[in-house]
Amino acid sequence: MKYVEEYRDADLTGKLLSDLRRAVSRPWTLMEVCGGQTHSIIKSGLDEMLPHEITLIHGPGCPVCVTPLELVDKAIALAMRPEVIFTSYGDMLRVPGSERDLFAVRAAGGDVRIVYSPLDALKIAKDNPNKTVVFFAIGFETTAPANAMAVVQAKAQKIQNFAVLVSHVTVPAAIRALMESPDVRVDGFLAAGHVCTVMGYWEYEPLAIQYRIPIVVTGFEPVDLLHGILMCVQELEAGRQEVRNAYARSVTRDGNKPAQSVIQRVFEICDRAWRGIGIIPQSGYRLRPEFAFYDAEQRFPEVRSIETKESPLCISGLVLQGIKKPVECTAFGKECTPERPLGATMVSSEGACAAYYRYGRLAAKGKS
Amino acid sequence: MCLGIPGKVIELYHTNGMQMARIDFGGVIKEACMEYLPDVKVGDYTIIHVGFGLSILDEAEALETMELLKQIDALGSEEGTAA
Repeated sequence: MKYVEEYRDADLTGKLLSDLRRAVSRPWTLMEVCGGQTHSIIKSGLDEMLPHEITLIHGPGCPVCVTPLELVDKAIALAMRPEVIFTSYGDMLRVPGSERDLFAVRAAGGDVRIVYSPLDALKIAKDNPNKTVVFFAIGFETTAPANAMAVVQAKAQKIQNFAVLVSHVTVPAAIRALMESPDVRVDGFLAAGHVCTVMGYWEYEPLAIQYRIPIVVTGFEPVDLLHGILMCVQELEAGRQEVRNAYARSVTRDGNKPAQSVIQRVFEICDRAWRGIGIIPQSGYRLRPEFAFYDAEQRFPEVRSIETKESPLCISGLVLQGIKKPVECTAFGKECTPERPLGATMVSSEGACAAYYRYGRLAAKGKS
Repeated sequence: MCLGIPGKVIELYHTNGMQMARIDFGGVIKEACMEYLPDVKVGDYTIIHVGFGLSILDEAEALETMELLKQIDALGSEEGTAA
């Protein structure tokens, strides 16, 4: 497949690793923001091939992981209602709520369906006029255009038995929160290639200046990741703090303007709680008042009173901020496994804990 | 979650007023919405995420990047420092 194989090429990967060894002269800590990148790094073993000076830490960019427990409990309450068909991206179904997950609701007779696209949820609403179809609209800016379009289309096609439970988060606010945290030490960021495909990278330029930190827009294949890491190390070694683009085949500075315009039409910026981290100001999207009719929390006001506190046992909040590695948790691989997860970073395939478990990083070890 | 997969546009059409396409992902054909890619043409490669095209992959940029990445190493090899 064009645009895939050449970016997994072993020779080119080896060449880039050699160049990285030549470029690096001192220790640097880089954070890849996106969980998809974490998964790719661990799967391809890049973390174990990098020069020992470079430490990759894994960021909070897994929407399944950062969706607050309270929203999961609200989703479960909605899914248990007999008049509701609850629709979601598949990853969310295994996320443990306070008492159960969405799979358990389905096993108990709830109508919970996995959809590939929010437009599929809209079609289910059309096909089931006597039910209310609720779609769990989670995600970063990458997913926001799709979720926003489902709401626009519901209004345009006058589909009234459709509502969305929104838990949208944004990357620049997370970078700002990480840089403001006294516990987080990051020298450079790999920005998420598909978030930037939608939003461009102009938003990151003031962050790079304010926090004096290079930010490199990076793709997802091993060659893309090494290209991003190399660019970031070159910036650091040269004492520069710029925003650079290592994923130019998909990302422009301005991003996808039609997608941004529909996001802005449907959503407005709000404060949002991130699971394990807490409330980050101005870090999420909610529906604008003119689309309130499609807000599941307005349609079913009884779920608004659900308030949930998180378990103190799980350190996923520290993992999500790159303060701890999964293997530094005493429960990792013991009480907490993908089959019986204690926290969301073990649930989603893009959670750092699940990626470490799946690809055999079972014990804490020093870098070679 | 933000997984985006490159696919080739093989057919364009409208459904419910939306620009839709059939996309070939290396032999697997799926439908995707092209509302965010007003300039898309049959034959373009696009990044698809949850059923929506988000970008048209820029072949010139891709070639330029590949050339650059290969050249970096060629210089290193000439210096005899490649591992």
